[in-house]
Amino acid sequence: MGLIWDGVREAFRILGSGDREVWEITLRSLLVSGSATGLALVIGIGVGAALAFRRFPGRNLAVTLVNTGMGLPPVVVGLVVAIMLWRSGPLGSLNLIYTPAAMVIAQTVIAAPLVTGFTVAALGALPPRLRPQLYALGASRLQMLWLVLQEARLPLLAAIMAGFGAAVSEVGASLMVGGNLGGETRVLTTAVVLAARRGEFAPAIALSIILLTLVFLVNLVLTGVQLRERQS
Amino acid sequence: MTAKLSLRDVVVRRGEAEILRVPQFDVAAGEVLAVLGPNGAGKSTLLQVLALLERPAEGDVRLDGEPVRGRELSLRRRMAAVFQEPLLLDRTVEANVELGLSLRGVPRGERAARVRRWLARFQIDGLARRSGRHLSGGEAQRVSLARAFVLEPEVLLLDEPFSALDQPTRESLGNELAGVLAETGVTAVFVTHDRDEAARLAHRVAVLAGGQIRQVGPTAEVFTRPADETVAAYVGVGTVEPAKVLESAGGLVVLQVGSSRVEAVAEGFTANEALLCLRPEDIVLAPGDAAVPSSARNHLRGVVQQVTTLGAEVRVHADCGFPLVASITRRSMEELGLEIGSPITASFKATAVHLIPLNR
Repeated sequence: MGLIWDGVREAFRILGSGDREVWEITLRSLLVSGSATGLALVIGIGVGAALAFRRFPGRNLAVTLVNTGMGLPPVVVGLVVAIMLWRSGPLGSLNLIYTPAAMVIAQTVIAAPLVTGFTVAALGALPPRLRPQLYALGASRLQMLWLVLQEARLPLLAAIMAGFGAAVSEVGASLMVGGNLGGETRVLTTAVVLAARRGEFAPAIALSIILLTLVFLVNLVLTGVQLRERQS
Repeated sequence: MTAKLSLRDVVVRRGEAEILRVPQFDVAAGEVLAVLGPNGAGKSTLLQVLALLERPAEGDVRLDGEPVRGRELSLRRRMAAVFQEPLLLDRTVEANVELGLSLRGVPRGERAARVRRWLARFQIDGLARRSGRHLSGGEAQRVSLARAFVLEPEVLLLDEPFSALDQPTRESLGNELAGVLAETGVTAVFVTHDRDEAARLAHRVAVLAGGQIRQVGPTAEVFTRPADETVAAYVGVGTVEPAKVLESAGGLVVLQVGSSRVEAVAEGFTANEALLCLRPEDIVLAPGDAAVPSSARNHLRGVVQQVTTLGAEVRVHADCGFPLVASITRRSMEELGLEIGSPITASFKATAVHLIPLNR
Protein backbone atom coordinates (compact mmCIF):
# COMPACT_ATOMS: atom_id res chain seq x y z
CA MET A 1 0.00 0.00 0.00
CA GLY A 2 2.90 2.31 0.82
CA LEU A 3 4.14 2.08 -2.74
CA ILE A 4 0.78 3.25 -4.05
CA TRP A 5 0.32 6.12 -1.56
CA ASP A 6 3.86 7.34 -1.99
CA GLY A 7 3.34 7.18 -5.75
CA VAL A 8 0.11 9.15 -5.64
CA ARG A 9 1.59 11.80 -3.30
CA GLU A 10 4.65 12.18 -5.51
CA ALA A 11 2.41 12.30 -8.61
CA PHE A 12 0.45 15.26 -7.24
CA ARG A 13 3.72 16.97 -6.36
CA ILE A 14 4.90 16.56 -9.98
CA LEU A 15 1.59 17.84 -11.29
CA GLY A 16 1.65 20.80 -8.93
CA SER A 17 5.24 21.68 -9.77
CA GLY A 18 4.36 22.26 -13.43
CA ASP A 19 7.06 19.89 -14.69
CA ARG A 20 7.86 21.07 -18.20
CA GLU A 21 8.40 17.60 -19.66
CA VAL A 22 5.06 16.35 -18.31
CA TRP A 23 3.11 19.21 -19.91
CA GLU A 24 5.05 18.83 -23.16
CA ILE A 25 4.10 15.15 -23.30
CA THR A 26 0.48 16.03 -22.50
CA LEU A 27 0.33 18.66 -25.25
CA ARG A 28 1.89 16.23 -27.74
CA SER A 29 -0.69 13.58 -26.79
CA LEU A 30 -3.48 16.08 -27.37
CA LEU A 31 -2.08 17.18 -30.71
CA VAL A 32 -1.39 13.67 -32.03
CA SER A 33 -4.67 12.13 -30.85
CA GLY A 34 -6.71 15.26 -31.71
CA SER A 35 -5.31 15.27 -35.26
CA ALA A 36 -5.94 11.53 -35.61
CA THR A 37 -9.53 11.98 -34.37
CA GLY A 38 -10.07 14.84 -36.85
CA LEU A 39 -8.77 12.74 -39.74
CA ALA A 40 -10.79 9.73 -38.56
CA LEU A 41 -13.92 11.92 -38.53
CA VAL A 42 -13.38 13.04 -42.11
CA ILE A 43 -12.75 9.47 -43.29
CA GLY A 44 -15.30 7.82 -40.99
CA ILE A 45 -18.19 10.18 -41.73
CA GLY A 46 -17.54 9.99 -45.49
CA VAL A 47 -17.27 6.20 -45.59
CA GLY A 48 -20.05 5.81 -42.99
CA ALA A 49 -22.45 7.96 -45.04
CA ALA A 50 -21.65 5.99 -48.19
CA LEU A 51 -22.26 2.69 -46.37
CA ALA A 52 -25.46 3.95 -44.74
CA PHE A 53 -27.03 5.45 -47.87
CA ARG A 54 -25.70 3.55 -50.85
CA ARG A 55 -26.63 0.06 -51.94
CA PHE A 56 -23.88 -1.73 -53.82
CA PRO A 57 -22.61 -5.28 -54.20
CA GLY A 58 -20.37 -6.16 -51.27
CA ARG A 59 -21.93 -3.59 -48.94
CA ASN A 60 -22.63 -6.15 -46.23
CA LEU A 61 -19.03 -7.38 -46.42
CA ALA A 62 -17.82 -3.77 -46.13
CA VAL A 63 -20.00 -3.16 -43.05
CA THR A 64 -18.69 -6.40 -41.50
CA LEU A 65 -15.11 -5.28 -42.18
CA VAL A 66 -15.80 -1.91 -40.53
CA ASN A 67 -17.31 -3.64 -37.51
CA THR A 68 -14.27 -5.92 -37.33
CA GLY A 69 -12.08 -2.83 -37.59
CA MET A 70 -13.79 -1.38 -34.52
CA GLY A 71 -11.95 -4.02 -32.48
CA LEU A 72 -8.64 -3.74 -34.32
CA PRO A 73 -5.70 -4.56 -31.96
CA PRO A 74 -3.49 -1.43 -31.85
CA VAL A 75 -0.34 -3.50 -31.87
CA VAL A 76 -1.34 -5.08 -35.20
CA VAL A 77 -2.08 -1.62 -36.62
CA GLY A 78 1.30 -0.48 -35.32
CA LEU A 79 3.04 -3.40 -36.98
CA VAL A 80 1.38 -2.79 -40.37
CA VAL A 81 1.99 0.99 -40.29
CA ALA A 82 5.58 0.42 -39.15
CA ILE A 83 6.21 -1.97 -42.05
CA MET A 84 4.68 0.52 -44.49
CA LEU A 85 6.75 3.43 -43.15
CA TRP A 86 9.94 1.48 -42.48
CA ARG A 87 12.89 2.91 -44.35
CA SER A 88 12.93 -0.02 -46.77
CA GLY A 89 9.09 -0.24 -46.79
CA PRO A 90 6.70 0.94 -49.53
CA LEU A 91 6.36 4.42 -48.00
CA GLY A 92 9.87 4.55 -46.51
CA SER A 93 10.90 7.44 -48.75
CA LEU A 94 8.49 9.68 -46.82
CA ASN A 95 10.80 9.40 -43.76
CA LEU A 96 7.87 9.32 -41.38
CA ILE A 97 8.85 6.41 -39.13
CA TYR A 98 9.47 7.54 -35.51
CA THR A 99 7.75 10.88 -36.08
CA PRO A 100 4.50 12.28 -34.61
CA ALA A 101 3.04 12.06 -38.14
CA ALA A 102 3.52 8.28 -38.10
CA MET A 103 1.67 8.16 -34.77
CA VAL A 104 -1.15 10.25 -36.23
CA ILE A 105 -1.43 7.79 -39.13
CA ALA A 106 -1.52 4.76 -36.81
CA GLN A 107 -4.08 6.32 -34.47
CA THR A 108 -6.22 7.38 -37.45
CA VAL A 109 -6.27 3.76 -38.63
CA ILE A 110 -7.40 2.73 -35.13
CA ALA A 111 -10.07 5.45 -34.75
CA ALA A 112 -11.48 5.59 -38.29
CA PRO A 113 -13.36 2.23 -38.15
CA LEU A 114 -14.92 3.32 -34.83
CA VAL A 115 -16.12 6.62 -36.30
CA THR A 116 -17.31 4.81 -39.45
CA GLY A 117 -19.22 2.21 -37.45
CA PHE A 118 -20.89 4.83 -35.25
CA THR A 119 -21.74 6.93 -38.33
CA VAL A 120 -23.36 3.96 -40.12
CA ALA A 121 -25.43 3.26 -37.00
CA ALA A 122 -26.36 6.94 -36.45
CA LEU A 123 -27.41 7.58 -40.05
CA GLY A 124 -29.10 4.18 -40.30
CA ALA A 125 -31.30 5.11 -37.33
CA LEU A 126 -32.73 8.16 -39.14
CA PRO A 127 -36.16 7.69 -40.78
CA PRO A 128 -35.62 6.18 -44.24
CA ARG A 129 -37.98 8.72 -45.83
CA LEU A 130 -35.98 11.69 -44.49
CA ARG A 131 -33.59 11.89 -47.44
CA PRO A 132 -36.32 11.99 -50.13
CA GLN A 133 -38.12 14.58 -48.00
CA LEU A 134 -35.00 16.77 -47.94
CA TYR A 135 -34.50 16.38 -51.69
CA ALA A 136 -38.16 17.29 -52.18
CA LEU A 137 -37.55 20.46 -50.15
CA GLY A 138 -34.93 21.39 -52.73
CA ALA A 139 -31.73 20.15 -51.09
CA SER A 140 -28.72 19.37 -53.25
CA ARG A 141 -26.77 16.20 -52.45
CA LEU A 142 -24.31 18.13 -50.24
CA GLN A 143 -27.08 20.07 -48.49
CA MET A 144 -28.89 16.79 -47.83
CA LEU A 145 -25.73 15.24 -46.35
CA TRP A 146 -25.12 18.28 -44.13
CA LEU A 147 -28.74 18.22 -42.89
CA VAL A 148 -28.76 14.51 -42.09
CA LEU A 149 -25.44 14.86 -40.24
CA GLN A 150 -26.99 17.65 -38.21
CA GLU A 151 -29.99 15.43 -37.48
CA ALA A 152 -27.66 12.65 -36.33
CA ARG A 153 -25.40 15.02 -34.36
CA LEU A 154 -26.06 13.44 -30.96
CA PRO A 155 -25.03 9.89 -31.89
CA LEU A 156 -22.19 11.37 -33.95
CA LEU A 157 -20.84 13.00 -30.78
CA ALA A 158 -20.53 9.47 -29.44
CA ALA A 159 -18.40 8.70 -32.50
CA ILE A 160 -16.06 11.57 -31.60
CA MET A 161 -15.82 10.35 -28.00
CA ALA A 162 -15.11 6.78 -29.07
CA GLY A 163 -12.58 7.87 -31.70
CA PHE A 164 -10.65 10.18 -29.38
CA GLY A 165 -10.81 7.68 -26.52
CA ALA A 166 -9.34 4.91 -28.70
CA ALA A 167 -6.63 7.18 -30.14
CA VAL A 168 -5.41 8.76 -26.92
CA SER A 169 -5.38 5.53 -24.91
CA GLU A 170 -3.65 3.19 -27.33
CA VAL A 171 -0.01 2.41 -26.65
CA GLY A 172 1.11 -0.46 -28.88
CA ALA A 173 0.93 1.36 -32.18
CA SER A 174 2.47 4.58 -30.85
CA LEU A 175 5.40 2.66 -29.42
CA MET A 176 6.03 0.80 -32.67
CA VAL A 177 5.76 3.70 -35.12
CA GLY A 178 6.80 6.55 -32.80
CA GLY A 179 9.61 4.86 -30.93
CA ASN A 180 8.91 6.76 -27.69
CA LEU A 181 11.69 9.27 -28.34
CA GLY A 182 11.93 11.82 -25.53
CA GLY A 183 11.06 15.32 -26.69
CA GLU A 184 9.90 14.02 -30.09
CA THR A 185 7.42 11.18 -30.05
CA ARG A 186 6.81 10.50 -26.38
CA VAL A 187 3.13 10.72 -25.50
CA LEU A 188 1.24 10.01 -22.27
CA THR A 189 0.73 6.28 -22.83
CA THR A 190 4.26 5.52 -23.99
CA ALA A 191 5.70 7.67 -21.18
CA VAL A 192 3.68 5.66 -18.63
CA VAL A 193 5.04 2.40 -20.07
CA LEU A 194 8.61 3.70 -19.92
CA ALA A 195 8.32 5.02 -16.37
CA ALA A 196 6.66 1.83 -15.10
CA ARG A 197 9.30 -0.30 -16.77
CA ARG A 198 11.99 1.68 -14.89
CA GLY A 199 10.11 1.23 -11.62
CA GLU A 200 9.40 4.99 -11.44
CA PHE A 201 5.78 4.67 -10.37
CA ALA A 202 5.24 8.26 -9.23
CA PRO A 203 5.65 9.83 -12.69
CA ALA A 204 3.72 6.85 -14.18
CA ILE A 205 0.81 7.58 -11.83
CA ALA A 206 1.03 11.33 -12.51
CA LEU A 207 0.90 10.76 -16.27
CA SER A 208 -1.95 8.26 -15.85
CA ILE A 209 -3.94 10.81 -13.84
CA ILE A 210 -3.43 13.36 -16.64
CA LEU A 211 -4.49 10.78 -19.26
CA LEU A 212 -7.65 9.89 -17.35
CA THR A 213 -8.45 13.56 -16.72
CA LEU A 214 -8.00 14.33 -20.40
CA VAL A 215 -10.38 11.56 -21.49
CA PHE A 216 -12.79 12.57 -18.73
CA LEU A 217 -12.79 16.25 -19.74
CA VAL A 218 -13.36 15.52 -23.44
CA ASN A 219 -16.25 13.21 -22.57
CA LEU A 220 -17.61 15.71 -20.03
CA VAL A 221 -17.80 18.45 -22.66
CA LEU A 222 -19.34 16.19 -25.31
CA THR A 223 -21.81 14.61 -22.89
CA GLY A 224 -22.78 18.11 -21.73
CA VAL A 225 -23.48 19.09 -25.34
CA GLN A 226 -25.53 15.91 -25.85
CA LEU A 227 -27.62 16.48 -22.73
CA ARG A 228 -28.23 20.14 -23.53
CA GLU A 229 -29.36 19.19 -27.04
CA ARG A 230 -31.67 16.49 -25.72
CA GLN A 231 -33.26 18.82 -23.19
CA SER A 232 -33.82 21.55 -25.78
CA MET B 1 -55.05 21.76 -72.29
CA THR B 2 -51.61 23.10 -71.34
CA ALA B 3 -49.92 20.37 -69.35
CA LYS B 4 -47.89 21.76 -66.47
CA LEU B 5 -46.51 18.38 -65.52
CA SER B 6 -46.63 15.26 -67.63
CA LEU B 7 -45.30 11.76 -68.06
CA ARG B 8 -44.55 10.12 -71.39
CA ASP B 9 -44.00 6.37 -71.78
CA VAL B 10 -42.80 6.06 -68.20
CA VAL B 11 -41.82 2.63 -66.88
CA VAL B 12 -40.52 2.00 -63.35
CA ARG B 13 -39.01 -1.33 -62.38
CA ARG B 14 -37.88 -2.86 -59.11
CA GLY B 15 -35.40 -5.51 -60.08
CA GLU B 16 -37.15 -7.57 -62.71
CA ALA B 17 -40.65 -6.50 -61.72
CA GLU B 18 -42.37 -3.68 -63.57
CA ILE B 19 -44.28 -1.66 -61.00
CA LEU B 20 -45.44 1.32 -63.04
CA ARG B 21 -46.25 1.77 -66.71
CA VAL B 22 -47.75 5.10 -67.75
CA PRO B 23 -47.89 5.83 -71.48
CA GLN B 24 -49.34 9.29 -70.95
CA PHE B 25 -50.28 11.37 -67.92
CA ASP B 26 -50.94 15.10 -67.95
CA VAL B 27 -51.65 17.49 -65.12
CA ALA B 28 -53.07 20.78 -66.37
CA ALA B 29 -51.81 24.09 -64.99
CA GLY B 30 -53.86 25.09 -61.96
CA GLU B 31 -55.76 21.84 -61.56
CA VAL B 32 -55.91 19.55 -58.54
CA LEU B 33 -55.67 15.96 -59.68
CA ALA B 34 -56.26 13.12 -57.22
CA VAL B 35 -54.62 9.75 -57.79
CA LEU B 36 -56.80 7.06 -56.25
CA GLY B 37 -55.93 3.43 -55.92
CA PRO B 38 -55.53 0.50 -53.56
CA ASN B 39 -52.36 -0.15 -51.54
CA GLY B 40 -49.57 -1.39 -53.76
CA ALA B 41 -51.11 0.13 -56.89
CA GLY B 42 -48.02 2.25 -57.51
CA LYS B 43 -49.45 5.59 -56.32
CA SER B 44 -46.47 6.59 -54.22
CA THR B 45 -44.05 5.51 -56.93
CA LEU B 46 -45.97 7.67 -59.40
CA LEU B 47 -45.64 10.61 -57.02
CA GLN B 48 -41.92 9.95 -56.50
CA VAL B 49 -41.44 10.05 -60.25
CA LEU B 50 -43.48 13.27 -60.58
CA ALA B 51 -41.52 14.83 -57.68
CA LEU B 52 -38.27 13.98 -59.52
CA LEU B 53 -37.18 11.83 -56.60
CA GLU B 54 -37.05 8.66 -58.67
CA ARG B 55 -35.81 8.44 -62.23
CA PRO B 56 -37.92 6.06 -64.33
CA ALA B 57 -36.22 3.20 -66.16
CA GLU B 58 -37.85 4.43 -69.36
CA GLY B 59 -39.70 7.52 -70.48
CA ASP B 60 -39.75 11.19 -69.58
CA VAL B 61 -41.11 13.50 -66.93
CA ARG B 62 -41.88 16.90 -68.43
CA LEU B 63 -42.41 20.25 -66.79
CA ASP B 64 -44.03 22.86 -69.02
CA GLY B 65 -43.56 20.43 -71.90
CA GLU B 66 -39.77 20.16 -71.50
CA PRO B 67 -38.11 16.88 -70.40
CA VAL B 68 -36.56 17.31 -66.97
CA ARG B 69 -33.58 14.98 -67.38
CA GLY B 70 -30.37 16.63 -66.16
CA ARG B 71 -32.20 19.58 -64.58
CA GLU B 72 -33.73 17.71 -61.64
CA LEU B 73 -32.36 19.87 -58.81
CA SER B 74 -33.35 23.23 -60.29
CA LEU B 75 -36.80 21.89 -61.27
CA ARG B 76 -37.35 20.26 -57.87
CA ARG B 77 -36.87 23.75 -56.47
CA ARG B 78 -39.96 24.85 -58.40
CA MET B 79 -41.99 22.11 -56.71
CA ALA B 80 -42.91 21.10 -53.17
CA ALA B 81 -44.04 17.81 -51.69
CA VAL B 82 -45.94 16.79 -48.58
CA PHE B 83 -45.71 13.19 -47.45
CA GLN B 84 -47.69 11.02 -45.07
CA GLU B 85 -44.97 11.42 -42.42
CA PRO B 86 -44.20 15.11 -41.81
CA LEU B 87 -40.57 14.19 -40.90
CA LEU B 88 -39.80 17.51 -39.28
CA LEU B 89 -36.20 18.20 -38.42
CA ASP B 90 -34.87 18.53 -34.89
CA ARG B 91 -35.22 22.33 -34.83
CA THR B 92 -37.98 24.84 -34.19
CA VAL B 93 -41.22 24.89 -36.16
CA GLU B 94 -40.16 28.24 -37.61
CA ALA B 95 -36.81 26.86 -38.74
CA ASN B 96 -38.52 23.82 -40.25
CA VAL B 97 -40.83 26.01 -42.32
CA GLU B 98 -37.90 28.18 -43.35
CA LEU B 99 -35.70 25.27 -44.44
CA GLY B 100 -36.71 25.02 -48.11
CA LEU B 101 -36.27 28.78 -48.52
CA SER B 102 -32.76 28.60 -47.04
CA LEU B 103 -31.88 25.73 -49.37
CA ARG B 104 -32.96 27.95 -52.28
CA GLY B 105 -30.86 30.86 -51.04
CA VAL B 106 -33.84 33.19 -50.44
CA PRO B 107 -32.64 36.32 -48.54
CA ARG B 108 -33.16 36.29 -44.78
CA GLY B 109 -35.64 39.19 -44.63
CA GLU B 110 -37.89 37.68 -47.27
CA ARG B 111 -37.67 34.28 -45.61
CA ALA B 112 -38.87 35.64 -42.28
CA ALA B 113 -41.84 37.44 -43.83
CA ARG B 114 -42.94 34.43 -45.86
CA VAL B 115 -42.56 32.07 -42.89
CA ARG B 116 -44.67 34.38 -40.68
CA ARG B 117 -47.41 34.58 -43.31
CA TRP B 118 -47.70 30.80 -43.78
CA LEU B 119 -47.43 29.98 -40.08
CA ALA B 120 -50.39 32.30 -39.57
CA ARG B 121 -52.28 30.86 -42.57
CA PHE B 122 -52.13 27.37 -41.07
CA GLN B 123 -52.79 28.73 -37.56
CA ILE B 124 -49.50 27.51 -36.12
CA ASP B 125 -47.89 30.90 -35.39
CA GLY B 126 -48.23 30.07 -31.70
CA LEU B 127 -45.98 27.02 -32.22
CA ALA B 128 -43.20 28.94 -34.01
CA ARG B 129 -40.62 28.46 -31.24
CA ARG B 130 -41.61 24.90 -30.33
CA SER B 131 -39.41 22.00 -31.38
CA GLY B 132 -40.62 20.22 -34.50
CA ARG B 133 -40.22 16.98 -32.54
CA HIS B 134 -42.78 17.84 -29.87
CA LEU B 135 -45.98 18.29 -31.86
CA SER B 136 -49.18 16.31 -32.26
CA GLY B 137 -49.79 14.54 -35.58
CA GLY B 138 -52.17 17.27 -36.76
CA GLU B 139 -49.81 20.09 -35.74
CA ALA B 140 -46.86 18.41 -37.43
CA GLN B 141 -48.83 17.99 -40.66
CA ARG B 142 -49.84 21.68 -40.54
CA VAL B 143 -46.13 22.54 -40.28
CA SER B 144 -45.44 20.21 -43.19
CA LEU B 145 -48.12 21.97 -45.30
CA ALA B 146 -46.79 25.42 -44.33
CA ARG B 147 -43.27 24.23 -45.19
CA ALA B 148 -44.50 23.31 -48.68
CA PHE B 149 -46.72 26.35 -49.37
CA VAL B 150 -44.09 28.84 -48.13
CA LEU B 151 -42.04 27.82 -51.18
CA GLU B 152 -44.85 29.16 -53.42
CA PRO B 153 -44.33 26.14 -55.67
CA GLU B 154 -45.53 25.85 -59.23
CA VAL B 155 -46.42 22.23 -58.55
CA LEU B 156 -47.45 20.71 -55.23
CA LEU B 157 -47.32 16.95 -54.72
CA LEU B 158 -49.16 15.41 -51.79
CA ASP B 159 -48.75 11.74 -50.84
CA GLU B 160 -51.56 10.70 -48.48
CA PRO B 161 -50.80 13.62 -46.15
CA PHE B 162 -53.74 12.93 -43.84
CA SER B 163 -53.81 9.14 -43.72
CA ALA B 164 -52.12 8.96 -40.29
CA LEU B 165 -54.48 11.50 -38.69
CA ASP B 166 -57.68 10.96 -36.75
CA GLN B 167 -60.97 11.61 -38.55
CA PRO B 168 -61.84 15.08 -37.11
CA THR B 169 -58.28 16.41 -37.68
CA ARG B 170 -58.33 14.89 -41.12
CA GLU B 171 -61.55 16.65 -42.02
CA SER B 172 -60.59 20.06 -40.66
CA LEU B 173 -57.14 19.95 -42.26
CA GLY B 174 -58.67 18.69 -45.52
CA ASN B 175 -61.03 21.67 -45.58
CA GLU B 176 -58.16 24.07 -44.90
CA LEU B 177 -56.09 22.50 -47.64
CA ALA B 178 -59.01 22.78 -50.07
CA GLY B 179 -59.23 26.50 -49.21
CA VAL B 180 -55.50 27.11 -49.68
CA LEU B 181 -55.42 25.15 -52.94
CA ALA B 182 -58.27 27.29 -54.27
CA GLU B 183 -56.62 30.54 -53.07
CA THR B 184 -53.20 29.80 -54.51
CA GLY B 185 -54.37 28.06 -57.69
CA VAL B 186 -51.29 25.86 -57.49
CA THR B 187 -51.11 22.81 -59.75
CA ALA B 188 -51.43 19.86 -57.40
CA VAL B 189 -51.31 16.07 -57.53
CA PHE B 190 -52.88 14.45 -54.50
CA VAL B 191 -52.34 10.75 -53.86
CA THR B 192 -54.93 9.16 -51.62
CA HIS B 193 -56.88 5.99 -51.06
CA ASP B 194 -59.76 7.97 -49.60
CA ARG B 195 -62.55 8.51 -52.15
CA ASP B 196 -64.23 11.24 -50.12
CA GLU B 197 -60.99 13.19 -49.85
CA ALA B 198 -60.48 12.87 -53.60
CA ALA B 199 -64.05 13.96 -54.29
CA ARG B 200 -63.70 16.98 -51.97
CA LEU B 201 -60.31 18.24 -53.16
CA ALA B 202 -59.84 17.27 -56.78
CA HIS B 203 -61.01 18.63 -60.12
CA ARG B 204 -60.02 15.40 -61.81
CA VAL B 205 -59.31 11.89 -60.61
CA ALA B 206 -56.94 9.24 -61.93
CA VAL B 207 -57.47 5.67 -60.80
CA LEU B 208 -54.30 3.61 -60.59
CA ALA B 209 -54.32 -0.18 -60.20
CA GLY B 210 -51.59 -2.73 -60.81
CA GLY B 211 -49.17 0.01 -61.82
CA GLN B 212 -51.37 1.29 -64.64
CA ILE B 213 -53.71 4.25 -64.89
CA ARG B 214 -57.11 2.74 -65.56
CA GLN B 215 -59.08 5.93 -65.96
CA VAL B 216 -58.55 9.69 -65.76
CA GLY B 217 -61.35 12.21 -65.89
CA PRO B 218 -63.44 14.77 -64.05
CA THR B 219 -64.16 13.52 -60.55
CA ALA B 220 -67.94 13.18 -61.03
CA GLU B 221 -67.47 11.29 -64.29
CA VAL B 222 -64.98 8.77 -62.90
CA PHE B 223 -67.18 8.20 -59.85
CA THR B 224 -70.40 7.65 -61.82
CA ARG B 225 -69.11 6.28 -65.12
CA PRO B 226 -66.16 3.99 -64.30
CA ALA B 227 -64.27 2.59 -67.27
CA ASP B 228 -63.92 -0.94 -65.95
CA GLU B 229 -64.74 -3.27 -63.07
CA THR B 230 -61.58 -2.40 -61.09
CA VAL B 231 -62.30 1.32 -61.26
CA ALA B 232 -65.95 0.69 -60.42
CA ALA B 233 -65.00 -1.27 -57.32
CA TYR B 234 -62.50 1.35 -56.26
CA VAL B 235 -64.64 4.44 -56.71
CA GLY B 236 -67.38 2.96 -54.55
CA VAL B 237 -69.85 1.66 -57.10
CA GLY B 238 -71.60 -0.78 -54.78
CA THR B 239 -73.38 -2.87 -57.39
CA VAL B 240 -71.41 -4.28 -60.31
CA GLU B 241 -73.29 -7.14 -61.98
CA PRO B 242 -73.10 -8.89 -65.36
CA ALA B 243 -76.13 -8.11 -67.52
CA LYS B 244 -77.51 -9.30 -70.86
CA VAL B 245 -78.92 -6.72 -73.28
CA LEU B 246 -82.52 -7.62 -74.22
CA GLU B 247 -83.47 -4.50 -76.18
CA SER B 248 -81.72 -1.32 -77.15
CA ALA B 249 -83.58 1.45 -78.89
CA GLY B 250 -83.63 5.25 -78.74
CA GLY B 251 -80.93 5.37 -76.08
CA LEU B 252 -82.92 3.17 -73.70
CA VAL B 253 -81.42 -0.25 -72.98
CA VAL B 254 -83.38 -3.05 -71.33
CA LEU B 255 -81.21 -5.59 -69.54
CA GLN B 256 -81.61 -8.93 -67.85
CA VAL B 257 -79.69 -8.83 -64.58
CA GLY B 258 -79.99 -12.04 -62.59
CA SER B 259 -83.69 -12.73 -62.57
CA SER B 260 -84.68 -9.04 -62.86
CA ARG B 261 -85.14 -6.59 -65.68
CA VAL B 262 -83.47 -3.21 -65.53
CA GLU B 263 -83.82 -0.18 -67.81
CA ALA B 264 -80.83 2.02 -68.45
CA VAL B 265 -80.19 5.17 -70.47
CA ALA B 266 -77.12 4.57 -72.63
CA GLU B 267 -76.81 6.45 -75.90
CA GLY B 268 -75.31 4.44 -78.75
CA PHE B 269 -74.83 1.31 -76.65
CA THR B 270 -74.23 -1.63 -79.02
CA ALA B 271 -72.82 -4.45 -76.90
CA ASN B 272 -74.80 -7.62 -76.14
CA GLU B 273 -73.42 -8.03 -72.68
CA ALA B 274 -72.44 -5.49 -70.09
CA LEU B 275 -71.51 -4.87 -66.50
CA LEU B 276 -74.25 -2.94 -64.77
CA CYS B 277 -72.95 -0.33 -62.30
CA LEU B 278 -75.08 1.39 -59.70
CA ARG B 279 -73.88 3.72 -56.97
CA PRO B 280 -75.42 2.98 -53.53
CA GLU B 281 -76.59 6.58 -53.05
CA ASP B 282 -78.62 6.47 -56.30
CA ILE B 283 -80.92 3.76 -54.95
CA VAL B 284 -84.03 4.61 -52.90
CA LEU B 285 -85.45 1.93 -50.61
CA ALA B 286 -89.02 1.56 -49.43
CA PRO B 287 -90.35 -1.12 -47.12
CA GLY B 288 -92.65 -3.78 -48.55
CA ASP B 289 -94.07 -3.81 -52.08
CA ALA B 290 -94.87 -0.12 -52.51
CA ALA B 291 -92.19 1.93 -54.25
CA VAL B 292 -91.50 5.51 -53.21
CA PRO B 293 -93.38 7.70 -55.73
CA SER B 294 -90.76 9.10 -58.12
CA SER B 295 -89.84 9.40 -61.77
CA ALA B 296 -87.55 6.36 -61.46
CA ARG B 297 -88.13 3.75 -64.16
CA ASN B 298 -86.76 0.85 -62.15
CA HIS B 299 -88.59 -0.59 -59.14
CA LEU B 300 -87.25 -3.97 -57.99
CA ARG B 301 -88.68 -6.05 -55.19
CA GLY B 302 -86.28 -7.82 -52.92
CA VAL B 303 -85.28 -8.92 -49.46
CA VAL B 304 -82.67 -7.39 -47.12
CA GLN B 305 -79.74 -9.79 -46.82
CA GLN B 306 -77.17 -7.84 -44.83
CA VAL B 307 -76.85 -4.49 -43.10
CA THR B 308 -73.50 -2.74 -42.54
CA THR B 309 -73.22 0.42 -40.46
CA LEU B 310 -70.52 2.91 -41.53
CA GLY B 311 -70.85 5.79 -39.07
CA ALA B 312 -74.01 7.74 -39.93
CA GLU B 313 -74.42 5.76 -43.15
CA VAL B 314 -75.92 2.28 -43.46
CA ARG B 315 -75.20 -0.05 -46.38
CA VAL B 316 -78.14 -2.32 -47.14
CA HIS B 317 -77.34 -5.43 -49.19
CA ALA B 318 -80.51 -6.80 -50.77
CA ASP B 319 -81.39 -9.64 -53.11
CA CYS B 320 -83.45 -8.05 -55.90
CA GLY B 321 -82.97 -10.85 -58.40
CA PHE B 322 -79.31 -9.89 -58.23
CA PRO B 323 -77.22 -8.58 -55.31
CA LEU B 324 -77.80 -4.85 -54.91
CA VAL B 325 -76.18 -2.42 -52.46
CA ALA B 326 -78.02 0.72 -51.33
CA SER B 327 -76.96 3.46 -48.97
CA ILE B 328 -79.34 5.12 -46.51
CA THR B 329 -78.91 7.10 -43.33
CA ARG B 330 -79.08 5.38 -40.00
CA ARG B 331 -82.15 7.45 -39.18
CA SER B 332 -83.94 6.31 -42.36
CA MET B 333 -83.03 2.76 -41.47
CA GLU B 334 -84.77 3.13 -38.11
CA GLU B 335 -87.79 4.94 -39.59
CA LEU B 336 -88.24 2.32 -42.30
CA GLY B 337 -87.86 -0.44 -39.71
CA LEU B 338 -85.55 -2.42 -41.99
CA GLU B 339 -83.80 -5.53 -40.76
CA ILE B 340 -82.43 -8.71 -42.26
CA GLY B 341 -85.25 -10.54 -44.03
CA SER B 342 -87.41 -7.40 -44.51
CA PRO B 343 -89.10 -7.15 -47.90
CA ILE B 344 -88.15 -3.94 -49.75
CA THR B 345 -88.61 -2.20 -53.05
CA ALA B 346 -85.50 -0.63 -54.54
CA SER B 347 -86.04 2.24 -56.99
CA PHE B 348 -83.49 3.92 -59.23
CA LYS B 349 -83.50 6.01 -62.35
CA ALA B 350 -82.51 4.63 -65.72
CA THR B 351 -79.95 7.46 -65.89
CA ALA B 352 -78.33 6.24 -62.65
CA VAL B 353 -77.32 2.99 -64.34
CA HIS B 354 -73.89 2.97 -65.95
CA LEU B 355 -73.06 0.19 -68.39
CA ILE B 356 -69.58 -1.10 -69.13
CA PRO B 357 -69.70 -2.99 -72.45
CA LEU B 358 -68.25 -6.50 -72.29
CA ASN B 359 -68.39 -7.31 -76.00
CA ARG B 360 -69.34 -5.36 -79.07
